[in-house]
Amino acid sequence: MTGPLEPPARPLDPAHGRHLLLQMLRVRRLEEKCVELYSAAKIRGFLHVYIGEEAVAAGVLETLEPDDAVLATYREHGHALLRGVPAGAILAEMYGCVEGCCRGRGGSMHLFDAATRFYGGNAIVAGGLPLAVGMALADKMSGRSRATVCFFGEGAVAEGEFHESLNLAALWQLPVLFCCENNLYAMGTALGRSESQTDIALKAAGYEIAAWAVDGMDVLAVEDAARRAVEAVRAGGGPHFLELRTYRFRAHSMFDPERYRDKAEVAQWLERDPIALLRASMEAAGQLSAQEWSQLQADADAEVTAAVGFAETGTLEPVEDLARFVYSERTGDRAGERAGDNGAGAGGRRSRP
Amino acid sequence: MKSSYREALRAGIRDAMLRDERVFLMGEDVGSYGGSFAVSLGLLEEFGPDRIRDTPLSESGFVGAGIGAALAGMRPIVEIMTVNFSLLALDQIVNNAASLLHMSGGQFNVPIVIRMTTGAGRQLGAQHSHSLEGWFAHIPGLRILAPATLADARGMLWTALQDPDPVLIFEHGSLYNVAGELDDDAGAVDIDTAAVRRPGTDITLITYGGTLPAVLDAAGQLEAGGIDAEVLDLRTLRPLDDAAILASVRKTHRAVVVDEGWRSGSISAEISARITENAFYDLDAPVGRVCSAEVPIPYAKHLELAALPSVDRITAAARQAVSAGG
Ligand SMILES: Cc1ncc(C[n+]2csc(CCOP(=O)(O)OP(=O)(O)O)c2C)c(N)n1
Repeated sequence: MTGPLEPPARPLDPAHGRHLLLQMLRVRRLEEKCVELYSAAKIRGFLHVYIGEEAVAAGVLETLEPDDAVLATYREHGHALLRGVPAGAILAEMYGCVEGCCRGRGGSMHLFDAATRFYGGNAIVAGGLPLAVGMALADKMSGRSRATVCFFGEGAVAEGEFHESLNLAALWQLPVLFCCENNLYAMGTALGRSESQTDIALKAAGYEIAAWAVDGMDVLAVEDAARRAVEAVRAGGGPHFLELRTYRFRAHSMFDPERYRDKAEVAQWLERDPIALLRASMEAAGQLSAQEWSQLQADADAEVTAAVGFAETGTLEPVEDLARFVYSERTGDRAGERAGDNGAGAGGRRSRP
Repeated sequence: MKSSYREALRAGIRDAMLRDERVFLMGEDVGSYGGSFAVSLGLLEEFGPDRIRDTPLSESGFVGAGIGAALAGMRPIVEIMTVNFSLLALDQIVNNAASLLHMSGGQFNVPIVIRMTTGAGRQLGAQHSHSLEGWFAHIPGLRILAPATLADARGMLWTALQDPDPVLIFEHGSLYNVAGELDDDAGAVDIDTAAVRRPGTDITLITYGGTLPAVLDAAGQLEAGGIDAEVLDLRTLRPLDDAAILASVRKTHRAVVVDEGWRSGSISAEISARITENAFYDLDAPVGRVCSAEVPIPYAKHLELAALPSVDRITAAARQAVSAGG
């Protein structure tokens, strides 16, 4: 099962194609706005944008059900958005407002949302992998057929937790899908300078995990591979692994002067912009009119504009509440008695756009 | 009934497994081997390999998996062989278990219980003998327990499992074989408050976990010398029961903290500071401390003993406090 997956024979349904285009555009516009807001000092801290990698989140998340769980890294705005976290709650979080999806305590790198089973937002490279293994373990022990999907960069492959997690997941045959977003650089460290074996799918296969390498710039290929993998995971087929070969068009973070890669390389990858690729193929097939394309852009713009408005009018959490949520708030009997998921705990839900 | 500390711990685990099917035990050698300190001996036969789950040597991986399982609705008990090995899982404990509730704005509880052995006294050398619970007590978001008695060993686990937040339980290695009477109906115990193990009027000896027996011995010797010592067992290192500490010190006007951790930056330093901050004018003498020597714990018996708080050092510190000032 390892190695590049045969591309699917795909008579594309035009409506579905436009949907995927919109999903990628929504992420792109949100991220472009984040960069703008960061430059305007509305957003602070570290900001890592996903521009160029949209096909990965769009293709994978398309295949999930509401009861599946998703974990991601600090480059997770797009994952959160496409998982269903409202853009307004994401931006308000970066503004540090109580209307943010974590009441301003998480920020750009720590987006969480119980309602959509979005579990981060983890800024420790590889830190989310053991969590994903445990969530899948809980599902397996409880006899639930749902999947846990964990996104991480290729930099995480060098961490011990990557290996511990893959071994555990395979040993216990857990329903987890590992999605390695291989954008070739961990900050400034090229994959070849950090790994003795740069074929990551092959490395995963060494743990007896079904692993495929996929063109991460082709959203249809990503969706197809993810669908097969998620279905197998949910059906009890054990862990699966996708190496999604992609590229980030922007710097690692807003502080990165990008001295480690040359302009020609970036330009080459820009030719493979996942949005442009799908748009071009749909236009060539007569599946996307100029008017439909403008409409998709207008829709994405409108959502982001509304989200900015929501964040701009947000309220700051009172400083007197600083110490909340360090320990659970107890109301009479201990909250630990709650059954099922530990979502929607002491914090309660907020109003959202 | 007669019980050892080890058996009391096992009874607590067994009880929790029977009461709540979400509870499972996971760790290195907890199953077939019976637990490296024989705490889980026999539980595999009773509950099966799904719920008494042997893990590979991957502290970060299986502690993180425990945190994930807790996030997804289970009530995992994760055993780490010793606190020294917990350092390999420090990232998961500090950056995930302790932080997720706050980072998520109150959305995600992590109701995990992590048990591990701590402490020296068995000639196991530096890498198996350290007392790092004070470090963990530094971390907001964690609750840190140190059962020193059979009743606490039996009862703290269930209370900890009811807690919606991550709880770390530190079992001192020298306590496992301690035996005594345990009430037949022993059950869950409070984990919010410290306990006065011996009331007294002249000085407060503050301790927890593995040093409680030595402190009680010291109190007995002091009594023979005319000093009536109160012994306060902290039981919980985070959050500290300030009220109990201050109430006792305000009564006796003197305090010595006994802690098997190293003195610099220790939990005893924190306790001493709190007493000074809050009860300075009640004190008749400076707060004393008896801690481990600031060396990696040595193997040789005489050196190891010299490094640890001893009954003699405790009584000496208490006498010094009593003779100082009024
Ligand atoms: C354990 C750890 N070490 C170092 C860092 C600092 N750091 C942040 S992002 C990053 C690069 C990670 O690269 P990769 O996993 O490929 O993800 P990408 O940023 O490319 O999406 C590093 C080293 C960290 N956050 N966590």
